[in-house]
Amino acid sequence: YRNLTHWLKTRSVSVDLNNDASLLIDIPDALCERDKVKFTVHTKTTLSAFQKPEFSVPRQHEDFIWLHDTLVETEDYAGLIIPPAPPKPDFESPREKMHKLGEGEATMTKEEYNKMKQELEAEYLAVFKKTVQVHEIFLQRLSSHAILSKDRNFQIFLEYDQDLSVRRKNAKEMFGGFFKNMVKTADEVIISGIKEVDDFFEQEKTFLLDYYSKIKDSTAKAEKMTRSHKNVADDYIHISATLNTLSADDSTFYLRLYKVEGRVASDQELKLTELLRYYMRDIQAAKDLLYRRARALADYEHSNKALDKARLKSKDVPQAEEHQQQCLQKFDKLSESGKRELTSFKGRRVVAFRKNLIEMAELEIKHAKNNVTLLQGCIDLLKSN
Amino acid sequence: MATSSERSPPPFPDSEDQELLESEEVGAPDSDDDDEGEDLFVSAINPEQLTKMDTTLPEIDQPSAISAEPPSEAMGDPLVEPVSHTEDKPASEAVSESLDDFVDLTNNETDAPGDAITAEIAITDATKETTEIALDEPSDDFVDLLGNETEVAREEVVTEDVTVEAVPDSSEAVGSITDPPSDDRTGSDAEQEVKEASSCPIIDTSIDSSASNTQQPPVSEKIADPLVDLISDAPPADVKKPSQPLTDLFEDEPSDLFREPQLTKSAKQPQKSLFDEPDEDIFGEPLGATSKKTLNVAGVEQKEKNVTTKSGGSDVSGIGGPLNDNFHPEPTDIFTEEAVTTVPSVVSTSSVTSKTNGVHSEEEADIFAEATVELSLDSPRNDRKKNVMTKPAASAPSLSVAASLSKPQSATLEELEEEEQEDKFDINISITNPEKIGDGMNAYMAYKVSTQTTLPMFRSKAFTVRRRFSDFLGLYEKLSEKHGPNGYIVPPPPEKSILGMTKVKVGKEDPSSAEFVERRRAALERYLQRVVCHPSLLQDPDVREFLERDELPRAVNTQALSGAGFLKMINKATDAVSKMTIKMNESDVWFEEKLQEVESADQQFRKIHGLVDSLVGHRKELSLNTAGFAKSVAMLGSSEDNTALSRALSQLAEVEDKMEQLHQEQASNDSFCFAELLADYIRLLGAVRGSFDQRMKAWQRWQDAQSMLQKKRETEAKLLWANKPDKLQLAKDEITEWEAKVTQYERDFDRVSATVRKEVLRFEKEKARDFKKQIIKYLESMLQSQQQLIKYWEAFLPEAKAIA
Repeated sequence: YRNLTHWLKTRSVSVDLNNDASLLIDIPDALCERDKVKFTVHTKTTLSAFQKPEFSVPRQHEDFIWLHDTLVETEDYAGLIIPPAPPKPDFESPREKMHKLGEGEATMTKEEYNKMKQELEAEYLAVFKKTVQVHEIFLQRLSSHAILSKDRNFQIFLEYDQDLSVRRKNAKEMFGGFFKNMVKTADEVIISGIKEVDDFFEQEKTFLLDYYSKIKDSTAKAEKMTRSHKNVADDYIHISATLNTLSADDSTFYLRLYKVEGRVASDQELKLTELLRYYMRDIQAAKDLLYRRARALADYEHSNKALDKARLKSKDVPQAEEHQQQCLQKFDKLSESGKRELTSFKGRRVVAFRKNLIEMAELEIKHAKNNVTLLQGCIDLLKSN
Repeated sequence: MATSSERSPPPFPDSEDQELLESEEVGAPDSDDDDEGEDLFVSAINPEQLTKMDTTLPEIDQPSAISAEPPSEAMGDPLVEPVSHTEDKPASEAVSESLDDFVDLTNNETDAPGDAITAEIAITDATKETTEIALDEPSDDFVDLLGNETEVAREEVVTEDVTVEAVPDSSEAVGSITDPPSDDRTGSDAEQEVKEASSCPIIDTSIDSSASNTQQPPVSEKIADPLVDLISDAPPADVKKPSQPLTDLFEDEPSDLFREPQLTKSAKQPQKSLFDEPDEDIFGEPLGATSKKTLNVAGVEQKEKNVTTKSGGSDVSGIGGPLNDNFHPEPTDIFTEEAVTTVPSVVSTSSVTSKTNGVHSEEEADIFAEATVELSLDSPRNDRKKNVMTKPAASAPSLSVAASLSKPQSATLEELEEEEQEDKFDINISITNPEKIGDGMNAYMAYKVSTQTTLPMFRSKAFTVRRRFSDFLGLYEKLSEKHGPNGYIVPPPPEKSILGMTKVKVGKEDPSSAEFVERRRAALERYLQRVVCHPSLLQDPDVREFLERDELPRAVNTQALSGAGFLKMINKATDAVSKMTIKMNESDVWFEEKLQEVESADQQFRKIHGLVDSLVGHRKELSLNTAGFAKSVAMLGSSEDNTALSRALSQLAEVEDKMEQLHQEQASNDSFCFAELLADYIRLLGAVRGSFDQRMKAWQRWQDAQSMLQKKRETEAKLLWANKPDKLQLAKDEITEWEAKVTQYERDFDRVSATVRKEVLRFEKEKARDFKKQIIKYLESMLQSQQQLIKYWEAFLPEAKAIA
């Protein structure tokens, strides 16, 4: 077992959470077994809904997905932005790189190989750390949500000390899920034709759709940028290792330079790319809310038409009236909570961007200053020789 | 997946990365804020890396380094260095333990001369010491180092054995010598060689040595004398040129030997102060010589000879300036270094002997292979030796010297170089205004070549000419034709680039073709500067003409130098060199080592050049991607409905735009400051190898002449047999002719060797200076870019803080 307590305490993407001391959740431990990551979910609470004030349970990624899906499927939460599910742990990239490194071992000097290996190990750890963090953030957002924190499934997820043995979706269901998505998008097209009755939602819809496409693009661009930055840092490693065979001075210089450069890249990744990535998912969640509301609106309009028809035919009028009332109620409820949710989402987003941008700027300055010191020292050394 | 984890234990948390994560934890607790979390990663790598370095490096690398190093640093340095380098206890303990032993040994040896015991006893004493130590030695690695010592010892012991056996018959001695490795085998080889070659005008060794057995006094004197000679010759030569002593030393010997024993005896007096130990050894020997000492003396002598040359070398460096780092003038060092360095040289010479089988080459080989042989060989060569003696001292570098002397000698040569180098020529060349002349595929680039100088050889102090690219290539061709065969390293111009030039010709105004033109302009400038900085090339009339003359006749045949062709040429030359090296079986360790150095440097440079190229590529990619991101963020900012955040995002876009600029500039710095420098040196290393090639050619010519002479002599012998006096005169004439040729070619070879040596040292100095200058420039450009970066982000920070 690996104890990752200490470094897991720190968080990369800051999602501003109005932390409620009555329910505190963190993931102090995580264990990686083959492709599976086992998270230890630790809860500290004063709520009476829980049997004990403090407890830990083992959970897997699939359990998180199950929790997310049940929340999305709960009718009562249709008016809420369901926090985006954490992405599946993906160790393919560092693994593939490691594989490549193993293949290229013969063409590299021992030192070069070791340095690359170390670098990959660091990268692997970073991925691991990030994975744990996104899972933690998911739970923390739930716990800080007034309604979602009271969810029974969420509480079971936190408390049940056995394996949840969530039934994994089988292929058919997965396919179904995919189909569902297709239907949803098709739906969206149809629903988008419906005339919005509320200006607020009209604006939000335009904004979120536009913002989503922009942030998606920015995320992709930021990923590309950080990736090429990593390549530059990798080149430094190779150069430093090769220079080492010529002269030691230059090599240690390059080694340190690559470390700084590597950190610039990984901090960018953490502060910028990860932020964008998270909000891309969050905006998707907000869009889902809009979709559900639009759907309720469509339902309501449909029920209106049905009522008109019923009145025209003077047939089943009370049922139609009831149904129409239900749809209206549902739609109003959705609109109300949706408005609340979207407003708080906006505030949350701005705060998170502020925090991350400040941190990134500070880190950039810090690294550049390190570089300056390093370079100046190197120049002085060379000049004095 | 499974295979990959088998090959290289990956850090995946399956099982292997346990420590990794734990070490992570160790490094972690001090983290306090978010970005420190990131620091953790780096700090986590550190401890691991450190422990890896601490444990593996000293244990594995260091000892091997020790065992590899002895040749150069056998005594003085290793004692200190490994201790200071290794942080690891076990290794350093072993070292320090052996240190004590070494000190003992050192004392013994240093004491020996002072005690005025005959050197032989001193040495054998030391020998016993050494062997004892070697047995006591706890560390395997160190045994290696000591092994060199013990080899000396063994050698010594063997020679003693030989001494005993030598009394009845020298051929028996040969047999006993063959047993021990390397050195002694060489001796026997050489002797057999000599026996085989007995038909040649060389006195058979066995005869000689047996003669020495019977006629003691003369022989012992004979043996003693060359040594005296060695010593007497060394110092004066030392002062002038360290390379000289050995050739002279050996080549002079015989003449002095037989003519002026008295003189040499008297010569020993002043020497004593300089070489107290060897002197005593040598002179003590013959004086107290007993009949069975003869061969022994030979053995000792061989050592002594080395000692002498060594101390000669050390002396020189003492005179010439600061001492070579790893060379210490103490007698102890001399002994150990000797023992170590002679072994390989002797081995190589012996193989030369067997391969070439020529009479003269044998002499060369034997000179430093075996004293006994040498003595007998030398006598018939008296006349020739005198010729050699008349040679200007400076141009007489010796093959044999380098074998044992390479280190101190190169040091002194370098020092001499240094003095030479100090007087920089006052000439400054700049190339400006690249200009496309003509249109279409007939277009070419012309450059303005401006010279500023106060040198009297030029007509004015400042002048400007226009030259096209092919003129530069033409200049190179002329220079390399004239100076290449003499062993000069002629700086090569940038090669033709069909692709780059075609772009320029087509006239596309894209940045890559502008970059190409600028890159070439800078490369041509550096090329010309290198040419005029070369003391010999600057004197060349073609250079002057190139710089001064208004119209230059159109250079032809530069096509051969275009792009791939040029590289092919260099590679071909390299092949030729390596092939020849095998044939030549380099008898001069200095050249052998340098060539290896050059070749490995070439490889390293090529590798780094490739890496820097990929760095440039990645940096350009980064620049491109940063630009893409900047644009995207600007769009995101325009979509953002929070005013402050929207403003901050568009500010971020601006910062990223500037970043893009910085990355781009850095990419061109990588390319211009770093990659170009490496490319220059890859070309220059090709030229260096070319100069080695020229030396090989000179050697080959000399060897060919020698075998021709041999044939002519055989013809003469046959004619004598057949009693054909009419043709005899012709044959005699031919022999005289070829003898002159051999002498000439040998002299040529020596001259080329000396030039190559000088040129290589000069090149190395230039290289060091060049790299330092360029690297500083490169680092400064990086520094500047980082400072800019700080400015940009510092300007952005308040914007981010203003988000509300």
